[in-house]
Amino acid sequence: MITLADLLTLSAILFALAVAGIFLNRKNVILLLMCVELLLLAANFNFIAFSRMLGDLTGQVFVFFVLTVAAAESAIGLAILVVLFRERRSISVEDLNTLKG
Amino acid sequence: MRPTGEAEAVLVQILFYLFATLLVAGALGVISARNPVYSVLFLVFSFINSAAIWLLVEAEFLAIVLVLVYVGAVMVLFLFVVMMLDINLAEIRQGFTRFAWLGWITAAALIVEIVGVIWRHGLGGVDVGRGFVSEPANYSNTLALGRVLYTRYAYPFELAAVLLVVAIVAAIALTLRRRPGMKVQDVSRQVAVRAEERLRVVKVSAEKRS
Repeated sequence: MITLADLLTLSAILFALAVAGIFLNRKNVILLLMCVELLLLAANFNFIAFSRMLGDLTGQVFVFFVLTVAAAESAIGLAILVVLFRERRSISVEDLNTLKG
Repeated sequence: MRPTGEAEAVLVQILFYLFATLLVAGALGVISARNPVYSVLFLVFSFINSAAIWLLVEAEFLAIVLVLVYVGAVMVLFLFVVMMLDINLAEIRQGFTRFAWLGWITAAALIVEIVGVIWRHGLGGVDVGRGFVSEPANYSNTLALGRVLYTRYAYPFELAAVLLVVAIVAAIALTLRRRPGMKVQDVSRQVAVRAEERLRVVKVSAEKRS
């Protein structure tokens, strides 16, 4: 039988791996976007676990909206990436220095 | 007719650990693959395993949505972009290991902290060791979700639709490229044209017959 703790632990491991991925691939914008997708997936695991545990469908509705927003986010993120590659011929984060931030 | 009792519980648990292991392996592949194409494929693998786990905890609708929307649309978009861009991999990989130790330490600290909170403190009175209770056989997750989505969450649902339209317009507007010197039709000018602009009546004086 799957327990709440099993799912929460799995979600924690997934979240931590995604954070490690952001550290590891901090140059490649595509990999950063993919790590953000993994982070959102880990958060969705928590929502579903608690929704099923507490018998409240609101958590699953929230996951639905998270999926929607994540799809919009990745579409716009990839569009920005394509424009960036056209301008700079590279997708390294370090080339994004026009604002001198 | 579904099998009930002890055997089913054990089977579900074995399947859960199998899919969880594959999911973690897929996530490791995503963050450590050398080629971004492999990373995308590992991410697809992770999403499919997550969908399987969501099926095991009886969140069926979201599991199918995850496969259809994520694996079917978003990941294909990622794959398109990764394959379209001509990326210099050697330059990207440079300095890969410089901050890797920091990443692994952060990941280990995160896991220890979250797992510690879950197991030792029990989330403030929630019984984390309790198993999921199966819904009755005639329960439909999609039906129940649709019932709240179209009544109580109708406005957020419509807002989500607006958000997707904005995302479509933004993505197209960002990547649309106008090259100079291309021959394109301007439909509004074609429609708005008047006869005087196209046809000119010229008076020609008749020539004398010789």
